Amino acid sequence: METKHILMILGFIILTAIPFLMYAGKGEDEGYFGGADGAAEEAIVDMNPNYEPWFSPLWEPPSGEIESLLFALQAAIGAIIIGYFVGYNKARIELKSQD
Amino acid sequence: MEGYLPPMWCAIWYILSGIVVGYGVIKINKLMKEQPEVKPLLAVAGAFMFILSSLKLPSVTGSCSHPCGNGLGAVLFGVPITAVLATVVLLFQALLLAHGGITTLGANVFSMGIMGPLAGVIVWKILKGKINSTWVVMLAAIVADWVTYVTTSIQLTLAFPGSDPMNTLATFMSIFAVTQVPLAIAEGLLTAILWDKIKELRPDILLKLGLIDESEVPHYTQVMGTGGAE
Repeated sequence: METKHILMILGFIILTAIPFLMYAGKGEDEGYFGGADGAAEEAIVDMNPNYEPWFSPLWEPPSGEIESLLFALQAAIGAIIIGYFVGYNKARIELKSQD
Repeated sequence: MEGYLPPMWCAIWYILSGIVVGYGVIKINKLMKEQPEVKPLLAVAGAFMFILSSLKLPSVTGSCSHPCGNGLGAVLFGVPITAVLATVVLLFQALLLAHGGITTLGANVFSMGIMGPLAGVIVWKILKGKINSTWVVMLAAIVADWVTYVTTSIQLTLAFPGSDPMNTLATFMSIFAVTQVPLAIAEGLLTAILWDKIKELRPDILLKLGLIDESEVPHYTQVMGTGGAE
């Protein structure tokens, strides 16, 4: 981990935190922090009041809790693979340099 | 967005994406046969897309969207293989999360798996060798992410042009493309960190894929020898 990487992580945190400061105290009820795809659906319906979605999801997470469970699962699957890759190869190089 | 893309456009994007994904599957098979040692990086590229597309981040526009993670795959393996990886991620989200959708899968693969990665590859090709690969990857990832959402805006405008298509495009761009600017930069930062990790741990694969020059990884060659890992 070089200084460069710490600055990059800080940059990521700042970029993510700015909206919370900009819209502090506001929430979903005032139309903040909703999904961009939801906003696009609204725009489509606004511009085309007669449009009826012709298909609905085959299955939907029955609640926000279940949805966050599945999103966390998705992130966990990805993270375990990258964690394995990094740990395995780090040890491989260290063992080799001990020879 | 399930059901929001009219059937004709659903079909068009399925056909265009299907061709590229089919070609990508052939390319993956060939790559696995000829260079099986790249397998770990294929897994990492797919895993990175899994993580990033699950993170719905807030943006300065006050709405949330998620990055794509497609820039890394694009730089490592090119467009067709990234299109296959994107299809896996998008299927997971469409079937289990009702996010994206089956009717919009073709369109989403086209933006996230084809146009975004293509833009990333172009940035990579132009800047490769001119500055340190870390910065090139960062820029490629920013552009790939952003172009993904610009493509989405264009796709929606094509499907719903309205009376003034330019105005419609501006509406969709303000929803997707503007929201995505800080998120694309955030994705660029994360991609660059992971790229540096890969460069530190498995530069032999990057060398084999012809992505970096040996002068970028002098330490590894010293420790592991030029033959690299088995």
